[in-house]
Amino acid sequence: MTEESQKREPIIVCNEVHKWYGNFHALRGISLEVYPREVIVIFGPSGSGKSTFIRTLNRLEEHQRGTIIVDGIELSHDVRNVEAVRMETGMVFQQFNLFPHLTVMQNITLAPIWVRKWPKDQAEQVATELLERVGIPEQADKYPGQLSGGQQQRVAIARALAMQPHIMLFDEPTSALDPEMIKEVLDVMVELAKSGMTIVAVTHEMGFARAVADRMIFFDKGEIVEQGTPHQIFHDPQNDRTKLFLSQILHH
Amino acid sequence: MSVTSETLAPPAALRPLAWLRKNLFSNWFNALLTIFSLVFLYFALVSIVRWVFFTADWSPVTIAPLLFLIGQYPRDQLWRPALSMLMCVFLIGLSWAIWERYVKAFAIFLGVLLGVLALIPLETPTITLGVRAVFLACPVLIYLGFWIGRRLEVKGKYIVTLWLLASVLITLVLLPGIRSIPGLPAVPTTAWGGLLVTLLLAVGGIVLSFPIGVLLALGRRSSLPVVKLFSILFIEVVRGVPLVTILFMFSIILALFLPAESRIDRLLRALIAMVVFSAAYTAENVRGGLQAIPEGQVEAAKALGLSSFHITFFIVLPQALRLVIPNIVGQFISLFKDTTLVVIVGINDLLGIGNAVLNLRPEFVRLQMEVYLFIAIIFWIFSYFMSYASLELEKALGVGER
Repeated sequence: MTEESQKREPIIVCNEVHKWYGNFHALRGISLEVYPREVIVIFGPSGSGKSTFIRTLNRLEEHQRGTIIVDGIELSHDVRNVEAVRMETGMVFQQFNLFPHLTVMQNITLAPIWVRKWPKDQAEQVATELLERVGIPEQADKYPGQLSGGQQQRVAIARALAMQPHIMLFDEPTSALDPEMIKEVLDVMVELAKSGMTIVAVTHEMGFARAVADRMIFFDKGEIVEQGTPHQIFHDPQNDRTKLFLSQILHH
Repeated sequence: MSVTSETLAPPAALRPLAWLRKNLFSNWFNALLTIFSLVFLYFALVSIVRWVFFTADWSPVTIAPLLFLIGQYPRDQLWRPALSMLMCVFLIGLSWAIWERYVKAFAIFLGVLLGVLALIPLETPTITLGVRAVFLACPVLIYLGFWIGRRLEVKGKYIVTLWLLASVLITLVLLPGIRSIPGLPAVPTTAWGGLLVTLLLAVGGIVLSFPIGVLLALGRRSSLPVVKLFSILFIEVVRGVPLVTILFMFSIILALFLPAESRIDRLLRALIAMVVFSAAYTAENVRGGLQAIPEGQVEAAKALGLSSFHITFFIVLPQALRLVIPNIVGQFISLFKDTTLVVIVGINDLLGIGNAVLNLRPEFVRLQMEVYLFIAIIFWIFSYFMSYASLELEKALGVGER
């Protein structure tokens, strides 16, 4: 975190967030502040609640206690609030979740046209620019099923960016990709991070974390166990669980 | 040429004689089977041809072709069904121009068939020169529609609008007539019959039941308890009852309870029964499709800020319907054939006319085979083209499959 971002208002404020699935306590009092232009990497063992947490940030999962305020809007049962937050946050999923019956161009322009009410020309122009930014301008008229996994995930990023969000959420964006395609997606994410986008990413790509993360957060058993800069986390982890987990994923 | 660039040529296709030897005469048993099948086919074909052209007596069909087409519709008002038919074939031609894949085969078949019917030398007084002229105009109009559609590049939505306008005009004005308009005397639906009624029930049943079925399927998954309960009750009650019972209920029992002056038309009651029946089955088919859409699709759409209305109609429904096209078309084909059940409530559809014709003269009674075969072929033709269009549709939509 730089001096400058310290002084600003946080863009995401989570205070004592709890969530249960039945009797299972999935999130146990998560408190976190994210500042504009910050890049946050969340990592931790599977089942630690990291995906659940990132999904509460645009209310794909409801939290049951505590408060979450995104871009000044509190996530509550008010549908208008939820839709407003979703307009300001883009999300990229592990399984891409592109709409298979629409072309790449239609995938990207659907929400700008119907949610932002942009004219079609404008939406398509923005989409073309975004496809160039993620490096696949020639695929606009294809269907998702005709693209490789890496290309699909880049389209998914472009689709999320088309709504011009203030915050991007990545939920294990490279976990479903073949190894040779991970880099092309990470390159796009690095470029995005360097452009000043606020990013919260659940990922185990430690290279990405090292390169662009401002803060790394280690999740275990529904709690934030430890957080710090990549340098602190990699070279001087304080908690034993963090040390154990890092040793497992860094030295096979 | 280097060794690596040398490629192995695919095995050459067999010459006809070699193919015969390989597939039909590879050993003595296969040879025997082949010869036996050929002999069987020969005798079957010969006896079929002999029966169709010499033994069979087609006079019940040829004596009253108009009866099979339109039933007892007053013969002095023939121009009305004729005009309806001409409008329809013109629209079929227009549709051919834009939905070539699905309509072309049917349009050409229909044009040729009607053209042949117009020129066939039949010695029946009912087939006047005027009727022949109408038949002959059909292929011309089909082609004209095709030509205009191509020339003006008419958009699909305009053709759909034209079809809807034409349906309303034909079923509510032209055929039943309106008392206040001179020259359009009312013709009660009791006089309608034959293929006209069969097609009205089938097309009306399909077109009206589809949107209702989709809404019921969505209603069944709704989070509003009242909507959900109503949908479940409707679907389960209707699916638990045979079509015959529903027809009886709407045709007879309903009429008993309603006062005589508010009585709904008999044909309309049968149509409502078909719609109700078909909607429940459509709903269950569509629900199957809705359930097959992965949750990730909805989540991605939500994350983009789309409203639940947009998610349903842009993301979930298009994918769900594509999945269930084969089931729905299959269901529509059976609905088309089920229209014959209206015979039991006294409506003279194609089958009803067939039965009536058999009783027309004493010597016709033994000619059931000919009459029913004729009716079966008509049903088969329509069913075949429906399933043909559905297969083409599946192929066309396969582009974006994951």
